Amino acid sequence: MDLLANLATGFAVAGTPINLLYAFIGCLLGTLIGVLPGIGPVATIAMLLPATYALPPESALIMLAGIYYGAQYGGSTTAILVNLPGESSSVVTTLDGYQMARQGRAGPALAAAGLGSFFAGCVGTLLLAGFAGPLSEIAFAVGPAEYCALMVVGLIGAVVLASGPLLKAIAMIILGLLLGLVGTDVNSGMTRFNLDIPELTDGIGFVALAMGLFGYAEIINNLAKNATDREVFTAKLQGLMPTREDFRQMMPAVLRGTALGSVLGVLPGGGAVLASFAAYTIEKKIKLKAGETPLGEGNIRGVAAPESANNAGAQTSFIPLLTLGIPPNAVMALMVGAMTIHNIQPGPQVMTVNPELFWGLIVSMWIGNLMLIILNLPMIGVWIKLLTVPYHYMFPAIVLFCAIGVYTTNNSTFDIGLVAFFGLAGYIFTKLGCEPAPLLLGFILGPMMEEYLKRALKLARGDWSVFLTRPLSAALLAIGVLLLLLVLLPAIKSKRQEAFVDD
Amino acid sequence: MSIKSQKDFVSGLMFTTTGAVFAWNSALSYEIGTAGQMGPGYFPLVLGLVLVLLGGFIMFFSLVVETPDGGVIGDIAWRPLVCILGANLLFGALLGGLPSIGFPSFGLVVAIFALTGVALLADAASFNLRRMLVLSSILAAGSYGVFIGLLNLQLPVWPAFITGY
Repeated sequence: MDLLANLATGFAVAGTPINLLYAFIGCLLGTLIGVLPGIGPVATIAMLLPATYALPPESALIMLAGIYYGAQYGGSTTAILVNLPGESSSVVTTLDGYQMARQGRAGPALAAAGLGSFFAGCVGTLLLAGFAGPLSEIAFAVGPAEYCALMVVGLIGAVVLASGPLLKAIAMIILGLLLGLVGTDVNSGMTRFNLDIPELTDGIGFVALAMGLFGYAEIINNLAKNATDREVFTAKLQGLMPTREDFRQMMPAVLRGTALGSVLGVLPGGGAVLASFAAYTIEKKIKLKAGETPLGEGNIRGVAAPESANNAGAQTSFIPLLTLGIPPNAVMALMVGAMTIHNIQPGPQVMTVNPELFWGLIVSMWIGNLMLIILNLPMIGVWIKLLTVPYHYMFPAIVLFCAIGVYTTNNSTFDIGLVAFFGLAGYIFTKLGCEPAPLLLGFILGPMMEEYLKRALKLARGDWSVFLTRPLSAALLAIGVLLLLLVLLPAIKSKRQEAFVDD
Repeated sequence: MSIKSQKDFVSGLMFTTTGAVFAWNSALSYEIGTAGQMGPGYFPLVLGLVLVLLGGFIMFFSLVVETPDGGVIGDIAWRPLVCILGANLLFGALLGGLPSIGFPSFGLVVAIFALTGVALLADAASFNLRRMLVLSSILAAGSYGVFIGLLNLQLPVWPAFITGY
């Protein structure tokens, strides 16, 4: 069978002891640097890229894959332990992961993230090996109108993420979309809303925004509480590994997340991020079993599903890269950079001209996942020890790492001012009961959405009905409306009940 | 008519003002164009107007719909707010310097001591000089080892007037 033969080729390349060692070193370095708040996978890969120059191409890419997975998992670790999402895809993980950590269940949360990612990675690898060709066709069938519709669905999904009032969540998304537009407009080359500050020409940095809204606001809120109820984390830790009950809840969530992530990851441009948001939305909509913690208050499904979706998406996002030569996100763009350094031209021909490399890379992705789980399951105990450090030692350190992380992204003092500004904004938002997660998704999708909207309407000569006449886009929008109704209905029902009670 | 939810009223006001600022700016400074030929102002103008509307709705409901706890905003935690954000800003200024006003760079080590000291002030109960010095030294040594030693980041470590740059 083709699939098996291909995988065997891959294992022959990636499975040599020396390459396994590189994968291990990559994972280790990636995890260690990735857990520093503010330093996400992109920054980690960029920092460690020079270390791989001297290696043969296969080993270099294998090590980079290890770094990528390590950094990604490191990002999830900080999201769970200290509520700091290192990158866009771990924003959702903070919602339930951090709550679990506060309840003394950081161990199961970290294990769920790791195991879910590993499972998703395995499935993603098989999909990649089996269907790389046919799946890339999907990317062709999707036009600008469909992308737009897809993003609308994603944004409606973000509304569901917020547990607060619907209108506020929608307003936060719009605010995020607007913030995403700050900087240079790609179409006209004009800088917009930059207040004549040259540092804002490239837009607002994601790291500064996320660190301010999530990290600083959280610290200020914790310190605002009296020392007595500031028990940020319950003193007793309930076990390192998930219980059997946890596994039972986790498994279906992991399966759903993996399926969703695999499909959405194929789409170039933010597929993996959308996947993690969408997976969480689905989990939130599934009816709770008796005695189950609601999502947003520390449910293990809220960690397992988005982490699996994210990882499956990361895996299948290689499909557009390897088949079309289009890097779907910043990390993949760095991988392309690494390939060109080693004289490999990414694109459809890699598969035929250099099969050892192609399959070696795919298998090394899987090995990267495996190394990660081997490395990190025993390390969960170490990470959890961090939580027992008293808070008055913890918070200055978190502030410091945030500040250094933000500063080093662009070597700019301005970014540190920016993170302070968003820290203030984040505190105001929590005071007003507005949740920052939808804003962040709007921020990520803003520029892309404008781009696709422009293109779709240009092709349709300004006719808005194009979104309804194209079947795929119409279907997606219908899903969006349905989702919105699903969110609205319980609210209407409870309102009506309240009205009856008043009578 | 009285405000039934302070939180909602203020957030509605915030959304409406922000939306208005964005819409106003896009209408004045950028070309709007048409749906088929969108200028740089089109998308932000539409979003800004939607935000104005949403903010209006939120304010309206805050005046009409009863909330159980009155949606009280509550006290602002000035001390942690000022100290945490201030520590962060001071760190930035000391690390990179502010060339525009001729403020020299003091480097990573001084910046870490300043950040730790100011941040610890956020919590009156947890501040004491010994703790500050111990924590600063640990963080400074650790950061030097990780960021300068291992990652080889290009950060100024010592004050500019000592190193002579």
